[in-house]
Amino acid sequence: MVNLKKDSLIIANKKFNSRLIVGTGKYKSMSECAKAIKMSGAEIVTVAVRRVNISDKNKPLLMDYIDPKKITYLPNTAGCFNSKEALRTLRLAREIGGWKLVKLEVLGDKKNLFPDMIETLKSTEVLAKEGFKVMVYCNDDPLMAKRLENSGADAIMPLAAPIGSGLGIQNKINIQIIRKQTKLPLIIDAGLGQASDATIAMELGCDGVLVNTAIAKAKKPFEMALAFKNAVIAGRQSYNSGRIDKILMGNPSSPSKGII
Amino acid sequence: MKKIKKIKIKINGKIKSINQDSNLSIVLKNLKIPLNKVAIELNEEIIDKKKINKINLNKNDKIEIVHFIGGG
Repeated sequence: MVNLKKDSLIIANKKFNSRLIVGTGKYKSMSECAKAIKMSGAEIVTVAVRRVNISDKNKPLLMDYIDPKKITYLPNTAGCFNSKEALRTLRLAREIGGWKLVKLEVLGDKKNLFPDMIETLKSTEVLAKEGFKVMVYCNDDPLMAKRLENSGADAIMPLAAPIGSGLGIQNKINIQIIRKQTKLPLIIDAGLGQASDATIAMELGCDGVLVNTAIAKAKKPFEMALAFKNAVIAGRQSYNSGRIDKILMGNPSSPSKGII
Repeated sequence: MKKIKKIKIKINGKIKSINQDSNLSIVLKNLKIPLNKVAIELNEEIIDKKKINKINLNKNDKIEIVHFIGGG
C-alpha cells in the first residue's frame, strides 16, 4: 500500500499533503469560493492584495470565509506590470500578517498576460534578499527557470498556456527539461482547462498545479474542484508508479501459449 | 467656542476631511478598519501597525489601506 501522506509537497520547508493549489478569484461569491476550496482539498490558496473599500464597511472579507490559520494564503502580485509594483504589493502583503511565502507574478502584456521575465528576475533577487520565500510565475523557458533558481526562488511556476486560456500544457518538452534540471518544487501555474490537464502536468513530474479559472468558471465549480483534486492524485500516483515504455507495435496482454 | 480646523487627506484615492490634530489611529478607528486584516501605507511607506497612535497626519497625506481579496 502506497502511503500518500509520506509523499508530501514541500515548499520552503513547509509540508503540504495536497499538491493542488487553487486561486480564489472569479467566483460568484465568497461562499462559493470557500466551498470550492473545500472540495478541492487544497491547502494553499492564492489571494490578491487590493484596496479596502472604505465606503462600504460591512462588505464581507475573504478572511471571514477562508481561515488563514487553516489554509495557507499565498499572496500574489497579479495585476503588477513592473518590479516596483510587485515589490510594493508583496511588502504590503507581508505586513498584513507576516506572510513570507508569496507568489511573484510580473506581467508583460495586457492581452496575452505572459510574464515579463526581466522584471520577474529582478524582483526575485530583491525579494529573496529581503527574506521572502518566493514562488515565481514564469515562462516555460528552461534557461530563465535556471536563472530564477540561481536568484533565490523557492518554487518555479511555469505557465501551461496563457492565464485563463484553458488551453492546457502547450510545451511538454520544456516542462520536462525544467523538471530534469531543478530540484525546486515545480508547479504548473496558469492555462489549465480541465482535470486531465492537471494529470498530464503531474505525469510529467511536476510537484503540483495551480488552478483558478478552470474551477471557478466551470459550469459546476464544486464538481470540477473535486475532479481536479482526483486528477492531481491520479497523475502523481501514475508518475510515482513508473510508466511502461512506449513501443510502436502491439504486444498482447494474454499469453499466446495454450490458444485452442 | 473654538472651531476645530480641518485638513484634507487622501485615503485609498478618496479625499477625506479630518480634524487637524487627528492621528492615524483615530482615522482608522472611525473607518472601522480591522487592523489585523490590513496593511497600511502612509505616503508610500509601510506603517508599523503598532505605532499608529503615534503618527500624526498632515495636509495632503496619502494613506493606502489594503487587504486580501480573491485572486488567481
